[in-house]
Order: sequence, then structure tokens, then C-alpha cells
Amino acid sequence: MAKITSLNDLRKIKNELQEKIRLRENAESPESMAQIKVGMATSGIASGAKEVFNYLVEELEKRNVDAVVTQTGDMGYSYAEPTIEVTLPGSEPVVFGWVDVDKADEIIEKYIRNGELVEGIIPANYNTIDD
Amino acid sequence: MANFKYHLLVCGGTGCKASESDRIVDALNKEITENGLTGDAKVVATGCFGFCEKGPIVKVLPDNTFYIRVTPNDAAEIIAEHLLKGRKVERLLYLDPETQEHISDSKHMGFYQKQIRIALRNCGFIDPENIDEAISRDAYLALGNCLSELTPKNVIDEIKASGLRGRGGGGFPTGLKWEITRNSVSEKKYVVCNADEGDPGAFMDRSILEGDPHSVLEAMAICGYAIGADTGIIYIRAEYPLAIERLKIAIAQARDYGLLGKNIFGSDFNFDIEMRYGAGAFVCGEETALIHSMEGSRGEPTFKPPFPSVEGYLGKPTNVNNVETFANIPTILLKGAKWFAGIGTERSKGTKVFALAGKINNVGLIEVPMGTTLREVIFEIGGGIQNGKKFKAVQTGGPSGGCLTEKHLDTPIEYDTLIEAGSMMGSGGMIVMDEDDCMVSVAKFYLDFTVEESCGKCSPCRIGNKRLYEMLETITKGEGTLETLDKLRTLSNVIKDTALCGLGQTSPNPVLSTMDNFWDEYVQHVEEKKCVAGVCRDLMSYKVIAENCVGCTACARNCPVNCISGGRKEVHLIDQSACIKCGACMEKCKFNAIEIV
Repeated sequence: MAKITSLNDLRKIKNELQEKIRLRENAESPESMAQIKVGMATSGIASGAKEVFNYLVEELEKRNVDAVVTQTGDMGYSYAEPTIEVTLPGSEPVVFGWVDVDKADEIIEKYIRNGELVEGIIPANYNTIDD
Repeated sequence: MANFKYHLLVCGGTGCKASESDRIVDALNKEITENGLTGDAKVVATGCFGFCEKGPIVKVLPDNTFYIRVTPNDAAEIIAEHLLKGRKVERLLYLDPETQEHISDSKHMGFYQKQIRIALRNCGFIDPENIDEAISRDAYLALGNCLSELTPKNVIDEIKASGLRGRGGGGFPTGLKWEITRNSVSEKKYVVCNADEGDPGAFMDRSILEGDPHSVLEAMAICGYAIGADTGIIYIRAEYPLAIERLKIAIAQARDYGLLGKNIFGSDFNFDIEMRYGAGAFVCGEETALIHSMEGSRGEPTFKPPFPSVEGYLGKPTNVNNVETFANIPTILLKGAKWFAGIGTERSKGTKVFALAGKINNVGLIEVPMGTTLREVIFEIGGGIQNGKKFKAVQTGGPSGGCLTEKHLDTPIEYDTLIEAGSMMGSGGMIVMDEDDCMVSVAKFYLDFTVEESCGKCSPCRIGNKRLYEMLETITKGEGTLETLDKLRTLSNVIKDTALCGLGQTSPNPVLSTMDNFWDEYVQHVEEKKCVAGVCRDLMSYKVIAENCVGCTACARNCPVNCISGGRKEVHLIDQSACIKCGACMEKCKFNAIEIV
């Protein structure tokens, strides 16, 4: 990793990273990537998030669905763990709760492939600092 | 690529379900089929929208129209008007109480979204093990700004102006603490992050460290710059292995980028962070005990002053702040003190993260502006009480706090109002209790915790709390008298006044606050020897109701101690001297012939 030695360096890196993400989000082709975040803090992992994470990575690969799966921290919905957030290109992120392997399968087939929502959505009920 | 033109999201949270949201789903589906919209529109039940008061909620996508107080009878109109004709059903829209205008998009309901995430801004958004993701969301930008544009005094002034107060429980003004540490003259100073989160049911700090470790690292470096320290230490309990792991990764990545180490951002400021592991003693969350533990001594508190900001770790000035306090710092500096001070109330600025636990529907982590009421937190964001039971109390502040009741529900949550109400902010655990909780037993639970966690250094805490616990035990066993209650209160006050540190001084709070708010329940325990919540086993007995008993023998067969007698088709009898009050008989009886008296 190159060292960051000035504030401009940091701003440059930040802009590059945001650009990368923006391109990914705005990609027009239907094959463009879905982004999936799996909440993997202690409570998520304890309720089986790791299993779901591995399942998503393997199955998306097997089924040839172009998607990026990453881990993230606690989304705050402890009552509905494991939780995952799916962002389809050009769409608002959707959070699904109570995601086990079967639910993950349904999400891949219905939502990620066809944009069809399935049960288990947790509506966002907060503001971010960017609002 | 989406086949469905419309999605109708129907709230399936407990509150909305209770008002027939299931039937709304059915009705909508029926209308969709009848109008030939199958394949174009899909109905989906969702989790709680956090707006239970105006439920049931139906939200139509993709246009984000938000309908409130929907009934099954409204389904036809929603489908016919909205989906077929593209006209919103005005009368079901939310009416803004101020402007008297209908608002259709939930995003514009300023009031609907009661949460604002500052400390949790990146939690659940970024991959905590990837510094690039943190940087793309402004991590280290505030540090860069400070080092290139602000003097340490500017930084402290900004934090002071923001009105940020310690989020670990005490609520001491953070800027002032930084200033005192800055003014202490010494060649070596330390920044310590207190990650010894110990309140039962609290997990805010763990979640921040697991979800966004860089926010804490950045803030510690900023603090180092402000007070003139080059070393940061995170004191974290070894029981948080995942948080430790992610912190280690984050520290290594920050060092690789040169964001920790020597000459950060090309300046002459050096700062690096180490970690120390605690063994999970509750008292080590107290700053002097924490410092002793870091030095390798027993985790025992010492009398303040001297305060750590003057004489702390290894005798050097040390600034100790809690995880959540640090997590707020970068955002304050990026968005400005004025912005931050605009959130919250007169005396408590910004937001507070709470861990909702206990008998509440939406157990989880929330972040609300200071001044939000308990009612909003419990009944709206928290989705109300489980199984439709009645709310009894909410415990805030952990073992140092107290119980708040129905009459406090509309109290705004602030440091000072909670203290006035007989509890405290604490680190942010909120345990919700319903009618099945016995308040004497709750007090006993917390005392059990403090007795276990007392370090033993001072006698009021070591001996006094043990006596309090014993008195509570006699009460729950039905051996207490009104005199016991008097003694309980007197001793509680003595401990409060004489214990050495915060742990001891606050340990009687659960007793005092339950006595203040549930005095009748205490009296019932000692006078009538009754526990209405049905928790204290020694105060209740199971009895057969003769007229309901058909003599099926189910209870007798299931009694683990064989204390129920009576033959087939005869009224059964429970031998009270042998009964262990397990309740198995009552569970098995199909004729409601067993009662608790």
C-alpha cells in the first residue's frame, strides 16, 4: 500500500474509491453487479451469518450471477438476524432479515435475478448523516 | 429486468399484525387477481416500519407512497386508484401535523424517521476489514483537516462548542476533559479508549468496534493531536474476540497507509495505538480501575482527585473516553460543532445509541437524538411489548441505573432528566420489562451482579451490597417485614454516600428506584406475602380448583415429585409441603383446574 502523506492524497484516494462504486452502481447493462452485504457482527455470526455468507458466495458463483458479497457490521436489527442488504444496480438498497440458507436461495432467484421482492424486508427507519 | 411493476409492502410487525395486516395482504392479493394484475404487482409482508402508532402501514413501490391506518376494506381502492389509474389515495396519506399537507413519500416525513445515525454511520454499511471502504465514507478526513488546518486549541474549541458529553454514562463534557488533559504539563501523555463495556444487555460499543473500527482509531489520533499525546491505548475486554480481531486488522491497515505512525499526513505529528485486554471485571470500566488494570495491577479504583487527566496511566496525564464518544468526534469535526449542537436538547447534544433488550419486539441497536421520549423508543422504534403484554418498566443505566415506569414514558431522554427521574443514561442499555416481571426480583438480579463484581476494596460496597442482597432475598422468600424495607432504604443511602467509587455509589440505585416506583409491590411481598407477577416461588402455591377438576390424572402423572394425589375421576390434591412449584401440573391441565394463589 502506498503511504498517504497529505490531505490531498487522502482526498484523491477517496474520490477514486467513490468513483469506482459510482460506476458499479450506475452500470446500465442488466448483467451488472448486485451488491450484497452480510451483517457479520457477533450477533449476526451467532445466528448463522457466516453460513449464509458462504452459501451466497458459492451459489452466486455456481449459478453464474454476477454479484459482490461483502461482510459488514451490525445493522442494528438484532431481532431479525442474520440480516443482509442487497443493492441491485440502479435501485435503493433493500435489507432482508431472518435470512437462512433457504431464504438466501429465494433472494437470489427472485430478487437478484428478477427484481421480485420477497418477504422478510426490514424497512429502513433512520436518517443518515448525509440526509 | 423487474417483471413486477409494483410492489406493495405491508407491515408485518407485531403492532400492525395485531391490527389485521394479514387480512390486508389477503385483500390486496384478491384485488390484484380480480383486476388482472397478477404478474404486475406483488404483495410482500415486511418487518416493522417503526411507525406502529399509525399502523397498519402499506408502502407502494417504486414510487414510495406511504399509506397509514390501512384497513382490509381499503384494498380495493388502493388497487383501483393507485395501481390502475395512477392516482394516490389521498385520504390514506400521512397528514403533516404542522403544515396540514398530505405527504406521500416516507422520505419526507421528517418525523417518521426518528433515528439518526452518527456514531453508527458506517456500522452495517462498510466492510470493517477494508480501510478503503471506510475512506470512501470520509474516514480520516477529519484527522487530515485537523493536522493541516487546525491548531490543537481549535480542535478542542470545536468539540467544546459541540456540547458533546461522555457516552459511557457519566456525561462529562468531552471538550473540557480534553482541555484539562491538554493543560496538564508533561512530556508524555496518553489517549485511552474505554472499551470495557460491562452493563448487562449493552452492546453498543462492541457493535461500533466490530462495524466501524476506523472511526475510533481516527478519533483517538485527533484526541492525541489535541491534547499532545503520541500514544493511544484501547482497553477492551477479552470477551470481545471479534472486535479485537477487527481492531487489529484496522490498526495494521491504518499503519500501512501511514494514517497511524510517524509524520501522519506529512506533518510532524506521530501517533500509534496499542491494545490491552481486560478480563471482564465490571469495575474496570471505572477509569481509575481501568488504568490500574492497564498498568498490570489489580483492577481497583482509587480516590479522585487526582483525575486521570492530571495523573493517569503510569502517572502521566491520560484522557479516557468511551468508544461511542470517540465515534462521534470525526463527524463533529467534518460537519461542524454547530450542526451537531443543532441535534438534541439544550443540555444534551447529539444522539445516543441504545441497545434495546428484554420484552420488546424489535430487540436491537438504535440511535436517536437526545430528547427523544421513552415512549417513542419503546413503542415506535422498538415496536412495543412482546406478546401484547402490558409495559411495566424499563431499566436504563445498567446496575448503576434504575427503573423508569409508565409515568416516565413521555420524559425526554437526556442525561439530566433521567437522573431526575431516578435513573441514569449509563452506557445505553435499555431492558424492557412487562407485567410478568417482579420488581423485587429485578433489584435482586442487579444486586447479585454488583456483589459479584465488587472489587472488595471498600467496606460499604463489599459488605453493604451483600447485606442488601440478603435483605432482598428474605423479602422474595416471604420472610421480610416492613422493618426490612426500612433497613433496606437506610443501608442503600449509606452505601451511596460512603462507597469509594462509582460502582459502589450507584449500586443501590436499582433498589431505591424500584422502591420509589413500586413501593406497593414491596409492601405486598412483606405484608401479604404475595408476588403478583408470579415470580417469587416461595410466595405462591399451586392449588386445584375442585369444580374444574375432572380427575383426568394428567397433573399427577406429570408431577416430577409425585406430590399430587387423587384417583381417576376424583378431585386431585396438591401436597403443599412437597410441592417444588415447577408449574408442570398447570401446564398439563387441560381444564384450567389449577391456579396460582
